[in-house]
Amino acid sequence: MKHVRERLLLAAILAMIAASSLAEGAPEEVRIGSKKFTESVILADLAARLATSTGAVVVHRQELGGTRLLWDSLLANEIDIYPEYTGTLKQEILANEDIVDDASLHRALATRNLSMSRPLGFGDSYALGMMRQTAKRLGIENISDLARHPALRFGLSDEFLSRQDGWPAIRLAYGLNAVNPRGMDHDIAYKGLADGSIDVIDLYTTDPEVSYYGVETLADDRHQFADNQAVLIYRADLERRAPKALRAVLRLEGAIDDRSMIGMNNAAKIDRRPETQVAAAFLATSFGLANVERDEGLTSRLARRTMEHLRLTLLSLGAAIVVALPLGIIAGKRPTLGHAILAIASVLQTIPSLALLVFMIPIFGIGAAPAIAALFLYSLLPIIRNTASGFANIPPSLRNSAIALGLTPMQRLRLIELPLASPAILAGMKTAAVINVGTATLGALIGAGGYGQPIFAGVRLDNFNLILEGAVPAALLALVVQGLFELAERRLVPRGLRLKTNASI
Amino acid sequence: MIRFECVSKSYGGSVVIDNLTVTIRQNQTTALIGPSGSGKSTLLELIIGLEPPDKGAILIDAEPLTSRSAFRLRRRMGYVIQDGGLFPHLNARQNIDLMAKEVGWPLKRRRERVDELCALTRFPPSALDRFPMELSGGQRQRVSLMRALMLDPDILLLDEPLGALDPMIRAELQGELKSIFRDLTKTVVLVTHDLGEAAFFGDAIVLLHEGRIVQQGQFRDLVERPGEPFVARFVHAQLSRLAAMNDQALVAQARQG
Repeated sequence: MKHVRERLLLAAILAMIAASSLAEGAPEEVRIGSKKFTESVILADLAARLATSTGAVVVHRQELGGTRLLWDSLLANEIDIYPEYTGTLKQEILANEDIVDDASLHRALATRNLSMSRPLGFGDSYALGMMRQTAKRLGIENISDLARHPALRFGLSDEFLSRQDGWPAIRLAYGLNAVNPRGMDHDIAYKGLADGSIDVIDLYTTDPEVSYYGVETLADDRHQFADNQAVLIYRADLERRAPKALRAVLRLEGAIDDRSMIGMNNAAKIDRRPETQVAAAFLATSFGLANVERDEGLTSRLARRTMEHLRLTLLSLGAAIVVALPLGIIAGKRPTLGHAILAIASVLQTIPSLALLVFMIPIFGIGAAPAIAALFLYSLLPIIRNTASGFANIPPSLRNSAIALGLTPMQRLRLIELPLASPAILAGMKTAAVINVGTATLGALIGAGGYGQPIFAGVRLDNFNLILEGAVPAALLALVVQGLFELAERRLVPRGLRLKTNASI
Repeated sequence: MIRFECVSKSYGGSVVIDNLTVTIRQNQTTALIGPSGSGKSTLLELIIGLEPPDKGAILIDAEPLTSRSAFRLRRRMGYVIQDGGLFPHLNARQNIDLMAKEVGWPLKRRRERVDELCALTRFPPSALDRFPMELSGGQRQRVSLMRALMLDPDILLLDEPLGALDPMIRAELQGELKSIFRDLTKTVVLVTHDLGEAAFFGDAIVLLHEGRIVQQGQFRDLVERPGEPFVARFVHAQLSRLAAMNDQALVAQARQG
């Protein structure tokens, strides 16, 4: 049922790239984002379906990293709508502004040209949880009881750790100074809890795992966790740009109660039904919305992701080759300058890939562009370094012979130096390409699509098949890329350089 | 004629060529000899412009060698080094006619010239499509010599051209080279550390020590009228080595030459 929507997505991307000027008289366009957890994806999919039902062209960008990324994308006009929670808005995003009630929240949003829907009908608060039998054994019912058990191991989500209303506030309020929590992915925290490697995690009250794993939600006896109503926040100009689609999306106001949301989360995470099906089923029962969409088949999903992934890899690698080759040649010929070039490229390489991707967002927005820029930077070092060493390793006697023959610098580069350095250069390109294919999977976190998307969705949904759907093609693509470069080596590296034996007289 | 006028050259503070003045005469073979580190290879590198002198002037047929004139003057020179300096990614023929191709010689002319050089250096034409790694040491030096001779230069510079060869091939190639030099009537400058080889090839011998010329002339002059105690020591060490190698024939031949 995603088929039509994904086609529309492709069409929308193509339209944006190729002919934004042709947009006149086009249908309404709505770009919806969601965070990388199931509830957010389902809510965004509900909104996307309602908007689509009005004939609007809808893009749903899934698996976008955390709150800050969504918020920034909304402010930067990269997306139009995303599901958020009032507590998160008050305590985290707008924590520096003194927001006491919903009215001041609306005002604060309005100054940023944003609007907020009425609550969707359910609250999703933070809580701390433990396995029921552990809690019972230790006699822990309230969060304040935790202070008596300093040996408990805490595995907390990174967002919870950093939110002002999250761990810092809880630790202070409950005197949990002795606790040294480990940061981890929220979905993985549940697994750690279940297998006993950690004892306490943070959770959302609507998490289906709470009942699935038998997790005891500890009472917030000092009332630290804020009420956290789910809402949609959207760009105010949507009322003008896409009034019909917005009206349809706002039908979700007050339409989802706690039980419905937990049910949908449960269906997606525990019963492993695709979020799209879960969302469609809810809309069919609650709004009688006919499901006009079909599932995108495996072949077509794979083909689309392959195209997305190849686009990321080819553009970034191609640009990296164009830039890195001359830099490598300079570095190989001028060692002093070369040290500086290599130092800069090495520093780029040490930035964690996810951080580099996020750094690119203020410059390029979200989507393929920042991913291509980050992958480009990552691909530079192997090519520069290998090209430089390929040039530096040309024996002085050959250099001198080439000069003594009377060849000009350009002739020497073309006829002697590049062919002699070609094995090293190609090896560098091969390394860069293989790293690039792997790293490109992270692009999914900033909306670039590709093989990473099913991987992250699979981790989130604990769906091994979905992980394989991304990981297997990614590994195959890396092998194909490696094979292609080995073929290229055979064709491009002069035969004389591949001879190993030195015939004696 | 190649002339050095008060030329000095240092590398990283150590003087390699020290205020040296010398004239290398046209159409004869001059052997530069001296112990290692005496500056003889540097002298060749200065002539072909691989390195600029720190001080002084180098004149090729009265024309000063500058970074600007070097490109043109190099095409009148051929340069052969110890290990041949052949480009491993090009086969023998491509090595030989690389420069001729770049200056626009048509295929036919290049082929004819390569055939001519194969005959001259007694290189089997069937081996022209082999890569340097597939050639023997002696064959590599023949290819290197052909490459140096391809554009028919006036000046041929050879830096220990036989140094990497085993004694049998070396003796054979020595004889051939000498007859090639005689037939070609070119200005040949040959660097060697071997007095026997210098005597064998050199119409004139220039003995270098610590970047200076200590004596120049013929072999006989060096042996019979050493200008400095160093000359006598150098000659004595080399001749006794030759004697020890029981290679009297070469010495005798050199004495006669």
